[in-house]
Amino acid sequence: MNKVQTAQEAVAQIKDGMTIGIGGWGPRRKPMALIRELLRSDVKDLTVVAYGGADVGMLCAAGKVKKVVFAFVSLDFIPLEPYFRQARQTGSIEVMEIDEGMMLLGLRAAAWNIPYIPTALGLGTDVIKHSPDLKVIDSPYDEKEWVAMPALKLDVSLVHVNRADSRGVCQITGPDHYMDDWFARAADISIVSCEELVDSDFFAQGDEARSVYWERSQTSTVVEIAGGAYPSSCSPAYGFDVAHFKEYNASAKAGGFATYADKYITDKTEEDFQQSVGGLDAIQKTPLPVY
Amino acid sequence: MSVTQNTVSAKDYSLAELMIVAGAEAFRNDGEVLATGIGMIPRLAASLAMKSFNPDLMMTDSEAFVLSEPNPVSGRSSHEGQKQETWMGFSRIFDNVWSGKRHAMVGPTQIDKYGQTNISALGGSYDQPKVQMLGARGFPGNSICHANSFFVPAHNTRVFMDGECDMVCSIGYNPERLPKGYTFDDVDIRLVITDLCVMDWNGPQNMLRVVSLHPGITLDQVLENTGFEIHAEEDLPTTPAPTEEQLDILRQLDPKDWRSKQLKDNPKGDRS
Repeated sequence: MNKVQTAQEAVAQIKDGMTIGIGGWGPRRKPMALIRELLRSDVKDLTVVAYGGADVGMLCAAGKVKKVVFAFVSLDFIPLEPYFRQARQTGSIEVMEIDEGMMLLGLRAAAWNIPYIPTALGLGTDVIKHSPDLKVIDSPYDEKEWVAMPALKLDVSLVHVNRADSRGVCQITGPDHYMDDWFARAADISIVSCEELVDSDFFAQGDEARSVYWERSQTSTVVEIAGGAYPSSCSPAYGFDVAHFKEYNASAKAGGFATYADKYITDKTEEDFQQSVGGLDAIQKTPLPVY
Repeated sequence: MSVTQNTVSAKDYSLAELMIVAGAEAFRNDGEVLATGIGMIPRLAASLAMKSFNPDLMMTDSEAFVLSEPNPVSGRSSHEGQKQETWMGFSRIFDNVWSGKRHAMVGPTQIDKYGQTNISALGGSYDQPKVQMLGARGFPGNSICHANSFFVPAHNTRVFMDGECDMVCSIGYNPERLPKGYTFDDVDIRLVITDLCVMDWNGPQNMLRVVSLHPGITLDQVLENTGFEIHAEEDLPTTPAPTEEQLDILRQLDPKDWRSKQLKDNPKGDRS
């Protein structure tokens, strides 16, 4: 089986009104090249589920988003995502705001084909008050009430990994695979971009198979895009680009998203984009952060 | 330097160092839990506790590993050589959170009289807030699962606000919000470290209570800068100054003195 497609072909699977999940965490290992491809498409009215960073901000700014399911949207060193902020403060998107752990439970429930997972997370707080979809239920086993965290069923998930083969075996070599395995499992269609497309034999070497976090039956489509997480990080290959994120952040105050998109995304190819930020070599030299 | 000299109170120390030392006390009797300090001063507080009176604590490298020794907050160029003992990616953090074996010190934007907090959004309506901030992050889950302490770099009535938080992100001691089958014993809010004082939630009916006043600070200053009624007994003690030994440890944990850049104008610890 060969699951390799171009980014354009892969993203064409996303239709108006779909629910998409995006892997990574804040400014870390986001499938940004796939997001850029999505920004070039006509798709709209998306529901986005993510541990959000500029992926969510850009999709909101481009008017692609109907609803965001989130616990945070942040660029970390720039705490507040500028375009998510604008979207909220103009009231232009619907939201389901939940705890970070509730999102994990929702993805697991979807992956496991169960309607909800009972949890104490969210009790006594406004996340329950503001989301009519969140029900509080009695337990058949004790006298307490529990939040029934509903399955966050995804039509499509987008994740970026270090290596993949054409059959969809995906390897993440950075120190954390975040919730990407659950995004892959919670979706009907999982689109994975990778830094490097390798032969299947690669995974037979040494301990390489230990950093494969889901089986290939959970991968639908593979796209090879070296540098495809940029400007977010893809440890251990490269860090996030602080200067680029600062420029992106500043665009919200001067010119708006169109200024940023015209310079980097609209009517450009991914190759054009990489050239405009100094080329793939420069991307791969972006230093890793130290916390 | 002898031990007796080291345990002598320092004469010259900053407010940031006083707050770090006061914050470390929050973790003193925790035993073997994951100590998480969000921000430089809380992280140094947890690190100091682990390096001195509670070596059983666990900390992370703020990325993906649990450490046997806290990493210095400054002066490092890579994660090479850190004392890691197990993997602790984000998904496993939640396994720890839900086990309850964690104590986080966090910096809310708003704290109300119930100990409920907000880091999500301010003003306007929920559908269109005046100021969108981070989102609720892990606050709802943290607050129902494990101990939490608060760090407030500027004690004022915007943080300690009148009424309820604009968006209640963490459960507190609000009788109207107590879930069925729960008691307030299930809510574990510990210390509040501000630039004026140390407080806890052990006043009558879990009212916020002043524990100690920082050197040179009066109770009136605290009351004026708190937007709701708090409990204070007479003859409040003064927050203990750091010892020379504690300052030595802080210099190891923060060789580049980033702690001096955390509070505006890096005030002296004793403001009398």
